[in-house]
Amino acid sequence: MMMTSHLRRTLCVARGRLGVGGCLPGGPAARPCSGGGGLSAAYEQGGGEGAGLILRSRSTDVYQNLALEDWIDANVDLRRRSVLLLWRNRPAVVIGRHQNPWSECDLRAMRAAGVPLARRRSGGGTVFHDLGNLNLTFFTCKKKYDRKRNLRVVTDALRTLRPGLDVHATDRYDIILNGHYKISGTASRLGRSSAYHHCTLLFSADRSALSAVLRPTSRGVRSNATPSVPSPVTNLLDHDPTLDWDQLLAALGAQYNSEFGFSAVETVVDPSDESAFPGVGGAAAELQSWDWLFGKTPKFSVDTRLELREEESGVRGSAHLQVEVKGGVMDSCRLGVSSGWLPAGLSGELSALLAGGRFCPEHTAAVAAAMLRSQPAELQGRLRSLCDAVIALM
Amino acid sequence: MAAVTRGSVGLVRRLLCEQYRRRCFRCSRSSVQFSSRLLHAASVRYGPILQFKLSDIGEGIMEVTVKEWYVKEGDKVSQFDSICEVQSDKASVTITSRYDGVIRKLYYDVDATALVGKPLVDIETESSPELTQEEDVVETPAMAHDEHTHQEIKGLKTQATPAVRRLAMENNIKLSEVVGTGKDGRILKEDILNFLSKQTGAILPPAPFQEIRPPPAAAAAPKSPPAAMPQAPPTPKPVFTGKDVTQPLTGFHKAMVKTMTAALKIPHFGYCDEVDVTRLVALRAELKPVAEGRGVKLSYMPFFIKAASLGLLQFPILNASVDEACQNITYKAAHNIGLAMDTSQGLLVPNVKNVQMLSVLDIAKELNRLQALGASGQLGTADLTGGTFTLSNIGSIGGTYAKPVILPPEVAIGALGKVQVLPRFDSAGQLIKAQIMKVSWSADHRIIDGATMCRFSNLWREYLENPACMVLDLK
Repeated sequence: MMMTSHLRRTLCVARGRLGVGGCLPGGPAARPCSGGGGLSAAYEQGGGEGAGLILRSRSTDVYQNLALEDWIDANVDLRRRSVLLLWRNRPAVVIGRHQNPWSECDLRAMRAAGVPLARRRSGGGTVFHDLGNLNLTFFTCKKKYDRKRNLRVVTDALRTLRPGLDVHATDRYDIILNGHYKISGTASRLGRSSAYHHCTLLFSADRSALSAVLRPTSRGVRSNATPSVPSPVTNLLDHDPTLDWDQLLAALGAQYNSEFGFSAVETVVDPSDESAFPGVGGAAAELQSWDWLFGKTPKFSVDTRLELREEESGVRGSAHLQVEVKGGVMDSCRLGVSSGWLPAGLSGELSALLAGGRFCPEHTAAVAAAMLRSQPAELQGRLRSLCDAVIALM
Repeated sequence: MAAVTRGSVGLVRRLLCEQYRRRCFRCSRSSVQFSSRLLHAASVRYGPILQFKLSDIGEGIMEVTVKEWYVKEGDKVSQFDSICEVQSDKASVTITSRYDGVIRKLYYDVDATALVGKPLVDIETESSPELTQEEDVVETPAMAHDEHTHQEIKGLKTQATPAVRRLAMENNIKLSEVVGTGKDGRILKEDILNFLSKQTGAILPPAPFQEIRPPPAAAAAPKSPPAAMPQAPPTPKPVFTGKDVTQPLTGFHKAMVKTMTAALKIPHFGYCDEVDVTRLVALRAELKPVAEGRGVKLSYMPFFIKAASLGLLQFPILNASVDEACQNITYKAAHNIGLAMDTSQGLLVPNVKNVQMLSVLDIAKELNRLQALGASGQLGTADLTGGTFTLSNIGSIGGTYAKPVILPPEVAIGALGKVQVLPRFDSAGQLIKAQIMKVSWSADHRIIDGATMCRFSNLWREYLENPACMVLDLK
């Protein structure tokens, strides 16, 4: 079985610098697109048949940008033209199509920090996006799908900006700087006749932020979901502080044209513009839905011991939880509590209430609160500590 | 290798084409629509089983992992429907069906390794590729079997079973010109027949509902010449295909069943009143910008909650709790006033702790925090448990009087209706415009009597009608 790869940042010595501003700054070659004109204006620039398009998204919302990718994949006739999309997001964690968010990232830390979770449609591993990370998506028809060639665009563009820069693409479709540090990871999606290949490019990402979120939410998760594999990373800016974001984007556009023989001019697009991209709003909403984010997780199980402590009296106990989760819903739930901590049958009652419900802290808290109402006062403390321990896994 | 296989399969199909065209024509004549049920019952097959091999993904990839199946054995698929998701080397690929037909066998389980060029599924087709009218179907690359939302984005796809397609083709009808009356615009056999009759004025073969017509009409209809139809062809009655859906109650709803059953064991009595909040409305308008200056959104609820707490100081029995057997009553020291919130999970009642110690602004801050948590789905057990008294602002959605149900282990609850502008008489007998809000209290009649509730309500009302009074008693 092929082990799929990843992109995962680890805490590194040098600090990164967060990009400023809300959207990608306009470079000399960029043209803003007007209202509903959108792609048609870009088509004219592109020069007709067999041409290329270079688009830059003005949005930094991860869901809007992913929805835009889906839209282009579905609506642009990629047999007639290829597209390069440049985009970046406000801080977000993006997991691959078949990954398990509970084992890839710390959902509680993310909620507290206001970092959203997104699941993309392509495979691969978990990445942390922020404004210092550039995303490039190469859209082609399936026949012209060539990841090595796309990555050559990136490495050649970098070498044009800084001749002699030691960057090369590996067999695993990563881009390595100075033979050691990863600055780019790849993922792709193939449909019936279209394909897209997207990759990241670490320019000035905040690595301390990502180490706080890229660790499992709960222990004891067992699944066959695609795992992420960490590797040492660095920012381009750490290596060469004189690099400029706008220059980088311009160089990438120019190299794209040069590699594929296009004469495209970069066009800024707004993925929230429903008239330019009909249906994109609905697609973005679907990407934020619980059913997509969590319901698409391949089936997994959680098997772990819980340490309990009653708040008022300080009495300790323990419990054993075994859950099978399918489609984000707890198919079966077995909760055993150490003898004497709770009356017999109560943990069974709680398990019965949890089974069939979502593996989700809000849902479980609501169920627990409703159950606690019908319990006598003297059991409230212990039962609450049990419920809280279970919710802490989600 | 895959190309060679495809070619040979095509040849087999063409050879069998004539054979089952005839067989299937007989089927449509007898008005039997193709259904998978029929296939299981009968031993006669309508078409060959074709092995759909996993085609070349590109880049020399020889094996992939099957990640998700969109179909199962027995499912009907159309050409271009998504069959499964496979993953290879960071690439996620949607495999779509090449044929119309019924899935007969899945060769792999989820997480198994599938080999390129080897069979992925068996599809039982019943028509040759020439009959699948490709010009009517627009490509929809990444569409799952039941992802109908995508159809709107990616263009029209005409849905029709293979039998219907064949009927259309035999009569030279383009499916895109026929209006489908089935589920999601699916084209049914009746739609083709109606289209035909409109076009040529031909007599329709008797459909079930037509037989209900009175005999003379039925006798006359076949005799009248095709060109001069006496009446318009009968429009097909819309057939209701909705089905009842039964699901077990799970999680939150199951827990609520127990709570509500326990709640209605409490003998409730109700007490309603109306409150003139004209002065409160003016006060809030005045204080709103001040609160915003401190970063707090100020609604009416903090005033209602604080007034309730001041009332509870005078009538502590309303902030009590009785045990199950109703043997002991516990007077709770803390006023943890719950606020019923309508969230995506259903009715949640987070509470503001120790209102007796908080100012109106503090309460507003807490409400902001709880509302933000409720909106982002982060309410925890600490906020949702421990309440001693509850207010439900159902008026924010609508309504005047209500009959709230006490949430055990509490003993009282109030429901606030919406604020209406109504005509009232002032002390001088003049007709004035007043802002009136209705309130409905429910209390546990085992320990609380009507007089107590009435006095509490009067005190609460006085604080709100005369907010200046609140200042006197604020602790």
